[in-house]
Amino acid sequence: MKIEDKKRVLREMVLHRRFEERCYQAYIERKIGGFLHLYPGQEACCNGVMEAARPGHDYVITGYRDHVHAIKCGADPKEVMAELYGKETGSSKGRGGSMHIFDAGKRFMGGYALVGGPFPLAAGIAKAIQLKGGDEIAICFLGDAANNQGTFHETMNMAALWKLPVLFVCENNLYGIGTSIERSTAVVHQHKRVAAYNIPADECDGQDIEVVYEHARKAVDHVRAGNGPFFLELMTYRYRGHSMSDSRGYRTREEEELWKQRDPIFILRDRLIKEGATTMAEFEALEKETDAYIENEVIKFAEASPEPSVDELEKYVLADRESQLPWLTGKAA
Amino acid sequence: MANIMYWEAIQRAHDEEMARDPLVICLGEDIGVAGGTYKATKGLYEKYGPLRVMDTPISEGGFTGLAVGASFLGVRPIVEIMSVNFAWLAMDQMFNSAAKVRYMSGGQLTAPCVFRSAGGAAHQLGAQHSARMEKVFMGIAGLRVVTPSNPKQAYGLLKSAIRCDDPVFINEHELMYNMKGEVPDGEYFHPLEGSEVARAGTDVTLFGYNISVHWCLKAAEILDKQYGISAEVVDLYSLAPLDRAGIKASVTKTHRAVVVEEDEAPVGVGSEVIAIINEECFFELDAAPVRVHSALVPQPYNHTLEKAAIPDHEDVVKAVLKMFGRA
Ligand SMILES: Cc1ncc(C[n+]2csc(CCOP(=O)(O)OP(=O)(O)O)c2C)c(N)n1
Repeated sequence: MKIEDKKRVLREMVLHRRFEERCYQAYIERKIGGFLHLYPGQEACCNGVMEAARPGHDYVITGYRDHVHAIKCGADPKEVMAELYGKETGSSKGRGGSMHIFDAGKRFMGGYALVGGPFPLAAGIAKAIQLKGGDEIAICFLGDAANNQGTFHETMNMAALWKLPVLFVCENNLYGIGTSIERSTAVVHQHKRVAAYNIPADECDGQDIEVVYEHARKAVDHVRAGNGPFFLELMTYRYRGHSMSDSRGYRTREEEELWKQRDPIFILRDRLIKEGATTMAEFEALEKETDAYIENEVIKFAEASPEPSVDELEKYVLADRESQLPWLTGKAA
Repeated sequence: MANIMYWEAIQRAHDEEMARDPLVICLGEDIGVAGGTYKATKGLYEKYGPLRVMDTPISEGGFTGLAVGASFLGVRPIVEIMSVNFAWLAMDQMFNSAAKVRYMSGGQLTAPCVFRSAGGAAHQLGAQHSARMEKVFMGIAGLRVVTPSNPKQAYGLLKSAIRCDDPVFINEHELMYNMKGEVPDGEYFHPLEGSEVARAGTDVTLFGYNISVHWCLKAAEILDKQYGISAEVVDLYSLAPLDRAGIKASVTKTHRAVVVEEDEAPVGVGSEVIAIINEECFFELDAAPVRVHSALVPQPYNHTLEKAAIPDHEDVVKAVLKMFGRA
């Protein structure tokens, strides 16, 4: 990665971290409802892969831990926060919530709450790309536990069979809610599971963004060149509980501390300091600046935004009636 | 007007729409090289090739989800689910993805998918190949459900469904693929909403859909000739949304209603139509509305039991005579 890219990504990762931590606080204040799944600890995964891909051009789909993926694709953090607040200005007009962030204009095709649900949708997006003949690829980010769903196997089979341009990124954070991977999955190393479908795969450290980037570049190139699907496994860890209701009683503080020694943001920061590209003081200033931006712009926007109107409760259920009239009445234009 | 079979009508709709729009594709088990279990996609593979006519693995949840994902980018997939019994495996993607994506994305994504499937009891196929599942689909917000009772509807409903931006479930019937009927020679789009008066009458309304329309028509003839009762038959080709105005208009005219469904009674078309009658025109009624429906049993294999489980025109006649105090 070029030095200016690394500096930019550090800024982005700090934004992602502070955004998520601010969500935590807003949830405690009961400003955010529903389930809330936070991303701290895993930032190098999304960032590393998307640095190798083309955010806003390639299509991205993921599960419920989706805020950072949306922002990385180009969604406005203000709109993502407004969505968490359930506001009309939210990225899904307050109808989606934390688990359903969408920004179709940025080709962020959404967060989905059913574990394993996005696998076939990603293959379908790839099918559409194949049919239309573009150079985009579909990227599906999901956790390790999702791989035990039938959709995983059904999708791997179809993606390989039809050589679909889709990159599967498994963010292996070792847990599915409170069940460790050793207790749920016969094969811990997920990239081995796709060998049965003739899908090339790779595994790497998911804490060091440069490592992720190097591996992701090969993966993305493979898919974009028309060679069919690729499966990339990133070994990572989430610091917080699965969701806000999770007190993490299923794992030890020692294990958590061990992973925090390998914090993705600090790894990059320390490297940049060592290379003379930044200083600790600069980094601390960046954190402050980021917090100020989140407070003064992101939170303010969410707080000040209007609620959706109850009169529009049934908007967005079906397609706009006017445009569909020929098919609803049978009188084609 | 061409006199063609139900499957030919469906095939023709596929063919015309695929010729018009390169983003119309179809997928399902055995639909390509083999031409489709019910021949609904016959000849399309040869014409449009494997990229657009896709023989899928036996993987209902997977290929249904794939179709939904493709539709997000403007592809118009027509998914054939060989038998509606297998749709259970695909429902997660139909309900949680296709039907909800428009809402939960605040209108940003739509899933203009068509899901076609064969339902109903055919000839001794046993419990796992005889389901009627329209009642499961018709209660899902964001999904349209239509069910053709003749070739003209089969052709026109599929044409409209492919063009419509909403996901549409088309409930066909295993016993109807070889049924013949008139289909307009020119392009024809059947409305996705509404109902049709299949036979006008004055004394009682028989509400049917799909195959039960034919039981109703036969019953109406018997009632007329043998008992002097004039039955109106209303074809509810759209189950979601149901045609409240059409239901109200007919009951307001005849003051009596019988709903005929091949499905079991609980939370079914009958309960829904009768609830609508209660809400729209209760005081027009001269008798309590009734349902004619199948027995609440897994469909038996034995021929005699199979027949006993499913209603037919005689059951409709009996229900009407009882309503008129003549049984
Ligand atoms: C079909 C389905 N089953 C169960 C759940 C409940 N659930 C939500 S997240 C989760 C664990 C998933 O873990 P993983 O795929 O590894 O992703 P991670 O949360 O670690 O990012 C479960 C069981 C669900 N949302 N959907």
